[in-house]
This record gives sequence, C-alpha cells and structure tokens, in this order.
Amino acid sequence: MIEVQALSKFYGTRKAVDELSFNVEKGEVLGFLGPNGAGKSTTMKILTCFMPATSGTAKVAGYDVFEQPLEVKKRVGYLPETPPVYKDMVVLDYLIYAANLHGLKKAAAKNAALEAIEKCGLGGVKGRLIGNLSKGYRQRVGLAQAIVHRPEVLILDEPTVGLDPKQIIEIRGLIKSLAGDHTVILSTHILPEVQATCSRVLIINQGRIVAIDSLDAISARLRKGNVLSLVVERGTSDLVGKIQSLPGVASVSNPERADGGHRIIVTADESSDIRSAVAKIAFSSDAGLLELKRESMSLEDVFVKLTTVEHSI
Amino acid sequence: MRNIWIVARKDLRGYFTSPIAYLVMAIFSAIMGYMFFSLLNLYVLQSMQFEQLRYGKGPSFNDSLIRPIFGNMNVVLLFIVPFITMRLFAEEKKNNTIELLFTAPIKMSQIVLGKYLSALLFVLVLLLLTIPYPIALSVAANPDWGVIAMCYLGTILMIGTYIAVGVLCSSITENQIVAGALTFGTILFFWIIKWASYNASPFWSDLLSYLSIVDHFEDFSRGIFNTRDIVFFASSIGLWLFLTYKTLESYSWRS
Repeated sequence: MIEVQALSKFYGTRKAVDELSFNVEKGEVLGFLGPNGAGKSTTMKILTCFMPATSGTAKVAGYDVFEQPLEVKKRVGYLPETPPVYKDMVVLDYLIYAANLHGLKKAAAKNAALEAIEKCGLGGVKGRLIGNLSKGYRQRVGLAQAIVHRPEVLILDEPTVGLDPKQIIEIRGLIKSLAGDHTVILSTHILPEVQATCSRVLIINQGRIVAIDSLDAISARLRKGNVLSLVVERGTSDLVGKIQSLPGVASVSNPERADGGHRIIVTADESSDIRSAVAKIAFSSDAGLLELKRESMSLEDVFVKLTTVEHSI
Repeated sequence: MRNIWIVARKDLRGYFTSPIAYLVMAIFSAIMGYMFFSLLNLYVLQSMQFEQLRYGKGPSFNDSLIRPIFGNMNVVLLFIVPFITMRLFAEEKKNNTIELLFTAPIKMSQIVLGKYLSALLFVLVLLLLTIPYPIALSVAANPDWGVIAMCYLGTILMIGTYIAVGVLCSSITENQIVAGALTFGTILFFWIIKWASYNASPFWSDLLSYLSIVDHFEDFSRGIFNTRDIVFFASSIGLWLFLTYKTLESYSWRS
C-alpha cells in the first residue's frame, strides 16, 4: 500500500530524513517510533504530499506522491501534529467542510461527518464551537477529520497527545478497529501505544531506520541471553554459588534487598532454559522462593538501546 | 469550480460567524452615510447659490455628487480591504489549518481563487449596502444610471485588485498584522505612484501613470467603458494571484 524508496529530505543543509526505505502492506498498522526530531513528522508530511522530498520516491496506493498528488490526497487521511481545526467553526460544520474538501457532496458529506462523529465519540459536542472544546476533544475532532472521507490510508501524527488515559484507550481501540479496512501509519513517542496498537514498528533515529520489524522480533534480536530475576527469603550466599555452577549460566549478580527478600539476577546463554533448574535449587536449599521470572526487554529498553549513541570520552 | 466554491463559502461564512463582518459593515455604512449626507448637502448648497445668482447651468449632478461619492468610497475601501484580506492565509498558517487545505485533493490554484472569491463576495455585500443612496437620489432627481453602473463596475474591478494584493500579502506571512500593513502600504503606493511622473521623462511618466490604480478609475467615473482599463485591472488581478500561487507553492517546498 505504501512504498518508500530511498527517501531523503533536507532542510537547508540539515538532513531530516536520510535514505528511508520501507513498505507497508494493506491493512497493517505501522508504528513510527523515534525521539524528537528524528524525522517522523517530516516523513509523514512527505507521504501526505504536504511537502516534497529532496530525493527518493514514495508511492501511496500505487500513486507517486510527487507525480500524482491529487490521487494520493484522495486516498489519504491525515492528522497532523497540531489538529488542523478552525476554532470559530462548529464541530459538525467543520467535518462537513472536511468531507466537502474531499469531494463528498451535500447529503453524503453530512452522513460521512455524522459517521465520523459517532466513531470518535463526539456526539455530545457536535454542535459546539471547536474553540470552546478541550484539547482532548480537539484531538478527536482532528482524528474525525482524518477518517471522514473513509480513506484507504491513515497517517496519524501522534494521535493520542493531550488525551486523558480513558480517551487514550478509546482512541487506541478506534485505531485498532480501523486497521484491516485501512492501512495506518501512526507516529508516537509513547511506547506502550505501539505495543497496544501496532502490528509492526519502525524505529527511526536521526532520519535513518534503526529497526523495522514486529515488536517481538525486535526485542528478541536485542535480547542477549536469558535473564532471570529471582527473589528469595534467605540463604542467598549458598544459593548464588549453586546457581553459578549450573551449566549455561553466565553470571549471577550479588543479592540486593527487594520485595521483602533478596533479589538475584541470573544471566544465562540464550540457548539454555535454566528456569526449572534454578527453581529446583531454590527449593532444595530451602531458600524460601518468593518470585522467579524471566526478564523480557521492555519496549523502553529496546527504544533506548536503538536510539542512543554512546560517545566515547 | 466546485472546489473553489467550497473554499470560498467556508471563508465567507467565517466572516459572518465572527464579529469582523458586522463591524466592518457597521463602520462602512456609518462613514458612507455621513459622506453621502455631507456631499448631498454641499451639492444642494451649491445649486441654491447658482439658482440665486442665475449663473450658468449649476453644478453637474455627475461631477459634483456621483463622482465624489465613489471617489471617497474607494478611499474608505482602501482602508477596509486590508482588514478583510489579512486573515485569509495568515490565520491558516498560524493555526496549522493550512495542512488541511494542502493535503486535501484540491489544486493550489483552486485554493487561491477560493480565498480571493470569498473576500470579493464580502466586498460585494458591502457595496450592496450603498445601493440605497442612488435609489434615494432617484426619488428626488434623475441620476444617470449608466454612470452609476460604470462607477460600480470600476469600483468592483479596483477593489478586486486591492483584494488580490491583500491575498498575496496574507500568503507571505503568518502574522495578520504584518499582512494587513503590507497590503495597506502596497495599495497606497500604487495610489500615489503617479506623483513621481510629473517630473519624469516621457517613458517613466507614461509607465508610472499606467501603473496608477486611480487613473484607471477615471473613465469609469465618467461613465465610459474603456477596455484598456478592464485589461489593466484584469491583468493586475491575475498577476497578484499568480504571485500568491507561487508563494504558496514555495511555502511547501521550504517548510
């Protein structure tokens, strides 16, 4: 549905997007992840034909964004970083206007607007001035604007910014429900959002792709070995020695006081699963096992790992 | 065509859902009413003096009443147009709503024409407010409707040029005050551009008086339909709008 080939964008001499290439299949939800200024918004603006790229090509639904912008624009719904709403317009009128701009006529435009209002939970405020709405509602109006013409592709730049937790869950639910019929690209720096909504993640840093894959695959790739976290009540020094002698164990940390006991972190080779062996030792030495779990790399860790460059001093 | 109208209708509504339209209409009507009243009084006074002295034919209706009214109206509109046009693009840029327009499947030229049309239609509403004056005159006197029609046509073309300047100035900046001031300055400059021609070489003199906006209104105010003036106004409107188009195009290249 979306094909991006070696896309670059310069602002003056500053490279905002550097040779970006990726594909998005129909019905997929792609999470666009990166620190501030990584080039997320710029890429989205290029895909929506708001600004041209310096070099490279991008195709949306088979149409080139530079050669046939009108065809692309017809098929794309776009929610920019700041929702493009007119403060002096009423919600319903605004959505009808947005529908009109996308070629829907009188009754069709009104129906589309009402449908978008329904989907985004704006029923209670449809007769109010947008300027009098809270930030969260404006964001929803912006989202309604993006879906009002039932586009094939949705490009959402930080769609849940400024919403309260309940609204965030609703909007995520909405985005999930849109997947399948629509192809969605959404950018965010809220990591759990990606976990909650996206089937694939693209991590971008300083204009370059650092990783593009499913979340599990990315974190599996980064996970070096198995990490077990163990909390016991007593007898730690004895335990540490025994665990250390297990085959496949790389290192055992010194016990720390935590969670009403002592926490020991065990790192083993990737291939060896030592969970049951560790549990057995803990039982046999009567250490009072309180907790045993495998530490998986959280998205935060993945993100930080991929986007941080360590400078030597 | 439909797309132009969609853009124009939205902005035209925008004038009337904000206080701008009513404020401008109120100020314009008040000033025009006062001017009409004063000029009519002056005309009556002059006529009575002629009557008493039995000296010649008396002041001409067209020259002493109709033309000054339209001349003054054009000055008033010179002040008003910047307030009407300054928000057109500047506000959209400031509030980022320009992204909605630029990512909608409509052409840049349609956006420019739509914006232009909205301001033009609003000024036409203002001009409609002045229709009662000639009607009032026709009750007591016998005005030359041809001259009045030509005056209206000339005014529309002239204001159309002002608005095109305003649309360009609004597309340059995202600050409405800057847009308004630029518009006012540019129009005023083209009003007085002829002043330099009095002491210039024939070439410059001709060029400067050709560029003078007011000069092209002269014939209309005498009731003369001169294609030369029509061409001037049409081409300058076209030029300003073309520059707007280019400015907006470059905006997306640069931003």
